[in-house]
Amino acid sequence: MTARIPGDSAKPASRVVRPRASGRPWTFYVLAGFFTLYLIALYGPMISIYILSFQDLKGGLVFPMRGFSLHWFHELFYQTRTGDFSGSFRRSIGLAVLVTVITVVFSFMAGLAFRKRFRGDTFVFYLMIGSLVAPGLVLGIGIGLAFTLLGLQASWYTSALGAQLSWTLPFGVLVMFAVMSRFNNQWEEAARDLGANASQRVRLVVLPILAPGLVAVALFGFTLSYDEFARTLQTAGPLNTLPLEIWSMTLNVTSPSLYSLGTVSTVVSFFIIGLSLGSIVLIQRHRTSSRRAALDVHIGEKQ
Amino acid sequence: MKLSRNAVGWLNVVPLLAILIPFFVVPICVILAVSFMETDGFGGIFPVFTLENYTGVFTSSLTFNLYYETFKFTFLTLIFTAVIGFWIAYFLVFHVRSKILAMGLFLVCTVPFWTSNIIRMISWIPLLGKEGLINMGLQGTGAIDQPLEFLLFSPFAVVVAYVHQLTIFMIVPVFNSLSRIDKRVVEAALDAGASRLDVMRFVILPMSKSGIALGAIFVVSIVMGDFFVVKVMSGGGTASVVGAFYEDVGVLQYPSAAASAILLTIVVMLMVAAILRVVDIRKEISL
Repeated sequence: MTARIPGDSAKPASRVVRPRASGRPWTFYVLAGFFTLYLIALYGPMISIYILSFQDLKGGLVFPMRGFSLHWFHELFYQTRTGDFSGSFRRSIGLAVLVTVITVVFSFMAGLAFRKRFRGDTFVFYLMIGSLVAPGLVLGIGIGLAFTLLGLQASWYTSALGAQLSWTLPFGVLVMFAVMSRFNNQWEEAARDLGANASQRVRLVVLPILAPGLVAVALFGFTLSYDEFARTLQTAGPLNTLPLEIWSMTLNVTSPSLYSLGTVSTVVSFFIIGLSLGSIVLIQRHRTSSRRAALDVHIGEKQ
Repeated sequence: MKLSRNAVGWLNVVPLLAILIPFFVVPICVILAVSFMETDGFGGIFPVFTLENYTGVFTSSLTFNLYYETFKFTFLTLIFTAVIGFWIAYFLVFHVRSKILAMGLFLVCTVPFWTSNIIRMISWIPLLGKEGLINMGLQGTGAIDQPLEFLLFSPFAVVVAYVHQLTIFMIVPVFNSLSRIDKRVVEAALDAGASRLDVMRFVILPMSKSGIALGAIFVVSIVMGDFFVVKVMSGGGTASVVGAFYEDVGVLQYPSAAASAILLTIVVMLMVAAILRVVDIRKEISL
């Protein structure tokens, strides 16, 4: 890493020791404004579809809002005309959970492997990058063709699962790289010096320290699977996942029930985000409290 | 029993390979094989070697136009997501003092990315449409007489949708690499007389390079491999490489579709290789 700082020794000393203002620099306010604008652009369109999903029977796809009711949610859950929403929703959640679990475990293992060099590691690394960047639809069709050649039936829990993993796993491993780069190897060496064996080191040192990072990997695994479209399109088999269902809805449904679907799926997302954030906060709190407890014991022994 | 370092490494990547080989290597090989085969034009594929599919792809002026359009969208999206993503991540890491608050705001940025891409894309329609909020608002204030046509179903709308969807792919890795910067380095630079601009140019930007490169890999590969956003947001007026490929598959022209798929895969791999040459991600990580 090259962090060059212009070493200008000729600068007047007064500049070096100038007191730093304790308040916020002007850039804070500019960037805070930029951040706010970004959030508005990010949420504005989505909030508008949440609002529009609560229209009544007369509702259309644009403002102004016409009436207020839960009609389009009712339509979504009880009308088969708009497609198999409940089934595809359950399948997507199930698939996302499967993908998340596999992604976290496999990425963590791969992350451990890549911390040290091993023969052929570059090959595995580039294979992974290749899988990540390969055009999704191309890969999906390739997987579909391969299944046909082998006489296998494509389904959401076989071919689509594999297709999604070919994208979430490299992603997870890269996130793992970023997480592990902040891991100080000396911690593990200290554990080794204290007599911990390999599995103890992973279980008692590496895993707890990286836990928040693993939650982040899980979050990504879930998102990417839950939204995945291109790789799933040709591999899901006869039963649709939620994005495929939404896709077919965009082609033939021009009512606000499309928007109510967006609202429902966002509610699920908020729930999962809350769960992840909550568990990270819990992990951190547990750490501080156990550190404090350890300190208390230490002080108690001294007295 | 003591395992060698190589054996431990390989054992840990076995699960990864157990996914990558059947679901990446094999499908690509199948497509590669099909791209050299003949077809009867009705979905039948015959294992007879031919280069016709490739000469077809390379001699078509359509191929050139498709790549031109797709490169244009990739480039524009890359610029916007990198600039926006960098400043958002910078704000969160260096200006938000509470770690929990920074993490919370970071998650607030990621929430919309949890909903369907397609829904997120459609959510621009009530805003950008002819009778959408922006046109109504501008007409209400008298700034324009006619609704702005270029807002929706246009290349502009395509870029808006891409940036809306993909900025997160910049924010996350840049946020990560910026968080790794030791704040004392910044302090030291300031103490040594560097201006805040110097700190940005000589400390923060160089150290965020790996994050930007990582984000660029995602953005490039996603935009190059996309067909849905272009199809919907351009209103059908603009084609894309994958869109053309999908239409070929739709009419059962597997071998010529396979040839263009192989070409696209090679182009994307080369672009990613170019990014990896600028920044050695593995080296950044092993630090």
